[in-house]
Amino acid sequence: MNVLAYTRYELTRTFRNRRFFVFSLGFPLVLYYAIAGPNRNVHDLGGSGVSAPVYFMVGLAAFGTMNAVLSAGARIAAERTAGWNRQLRLTPLSPRAYFRAKVATGYLMALVTILVLYVAGATLGVSIPPGRWLDMTWMILLGLVPFVAMGILYGHLLTADSIGPAMGGTTAVFALLGGVWFPIGDGTLHYLAEALPSYWLVQAGRIGVGGSGWGTTGWAVVVAWALVLTAAARWAYRRDTGRV
Amino acid sequence: MAATAGIELEGLAKTFRTPQGLVEAVRDLDVSIGRGETVALLGPNGAGKSTTIDMMLGLLRPDRGSASLFGRSPDEAVAAGAVSAMLQTGSLIRDLTVRELVAMVASLYPDPLAVDEVLELTGTARLASQRTQKLSGGETQRVRFAIALVADAELLVLDEPTVAMDVEGRRAFWTTMREVAAGGKTILFATHYLEEADAYADRVVLMARGRVVADGPPNQIKAMVGTRTIRATIPAADLDALAQLPGVTSAERRGEAVMLACTDSDTAIRALLAAQPSAHDIEIGGAGLEEAFVQLTGDETRDPEEAAA
Repeated sequence: MNVLAYTRYELTRTFRNRRFFVFSLGFPLVLYYAIAGPNRNVHDLGGSGVSAPVYFMVGLAAFGTMNAVLSAGARIAAERTAGWNRQLRLTPLSPRAYFRAKVATGYLMALVTILVLYVAGATLGVSIPPGRWLDMTWMILLGLVPFVAMGILYGHLLTADSIGPAMGGTTAVFALLGGVWFPIGDGTLHYLAEALPSYWLVQAGRIGVGGSGWGTTGWAVVVAWALVLTAAARWAYRRDTGRV
Repeated sequence: MAATAGIELEGLAKTFRTPQGLVEAVRDLDVSIGRGETVALLGPNGAGKSTTIDMMLGLLRPDRGSASLFGRSPDEAVAAGAVSAMLQTGSLIRDLTVRELVAMVASLYPDPLAVDEVLELTGTARLASQRTQKLSGGETQRVRFAIALVADAELLVLDEPTVAMDVEGRRAFWTTMREVAAGGKTILFATHYLEEADAYADRVVLMARGRVVADGPPNQIKAMVGTRTIRATIPAADLDALAQLPGVTSAERRGEAVMLACTDSDTAIRALLAAQPSAHDIEIGGAGLEEAFVQLTGDETRDPEEAAA
């Protein structure tokens, strides 16, 4: 069961890196209280139909989980920069198992981020039926697939030095245009937003509060991004390792 | 056949594109290593040792040629856990203790050694509960050695393993290596220290400029490169006669000049001047490995194969 053992060490490593842990969980949490706290009595934020505590809980869940799964790429870049990936490639660990461990770690971090924000939301009076919580969590995890692939792509394309800014910039743009910070109105911006996976990540969160989910457009956009980014990640991996 | 097959490198070639133009790192290299042999890959920096190792292990795709490990492709051998290595560059991943890191690697192999035993063997037992990011350069090197050993793989490859080690670490390293070699593993190590190759290998493959320039028992290689060379211009010299001179092991022509490899250059130069009074432009080359290699392989432009190409 070498794959399980490897994944376990990978998790130990990630959760032991206190700075990473504090920042990736603490940052969305602090932002949430900073933004949603003062607006806790706004019941219909910018015509979105949802209250500020719900709106930002969902938005920051999208933002935080995006970062969580992208950070798997940062770990890949760090291992490449250290030359550790060459060492691992000489062991019987298959590339598939390697990525599985990285993705599992990213998803676990995402799950912890979601739970932390749910608890924070509850402290600001957000109350949702348990079945809805589950639906929404499930959809967020699905909506993260394109970002998982993006993390692996970045991890094989960038070095440990450059991946930080690249990830920061990417999540900032995707979050802004995806409607994490403010509702996207109608018009041109809305068309652009609907073409981004981050928009649908936010919509996934809305399921908990009576949102309509993805519909055909949502599924099409998320699947398309997932396919394109997976192909790109595969290309980057092969280019990096010289494998056929 | 497959059960006894060792390592076969056939016609391996790799050219890199660099800002300075194309560099032929490895040129049609053929090496065959038997199971259980301890072989040193000796050569100066830039000889193509690491490139050869990378191709042999499947980390780098050759332009031409093939590598097979125990009758399998490098990828298959790696997947079966038949290979472990201490590569030339590379640091450790952080946030694990030394014991955890060694145990992690052990968990990936089908039949690893006991972690504690390996920590003891490599002198890293006292570091076992330290985080990997807190280690010194020499300590890191020892842990990398532990990682290579714990696999207990059929083939152990070490690319310049002692480069970052202090004298004591180096001695401890080779003492351990002797024990491992006695266990019947196939070992290939790259080095640019003649003494290491001489002291620890059954066989030395001498590389320069991407080619094998000599392959044989250590004492034979030592006689070739551990000595001096005399270069002299002697028109119409008889190479066979020159090779017979006292102190000379071999004679080669390089255009107008001849090149004499000497075990005793003092005796050889006296004999040369007595036998060939017309010899002029005489140079006696130093004992450095680099020079020895250059003289053994000749200048690019005078390489007969390349002149013909």
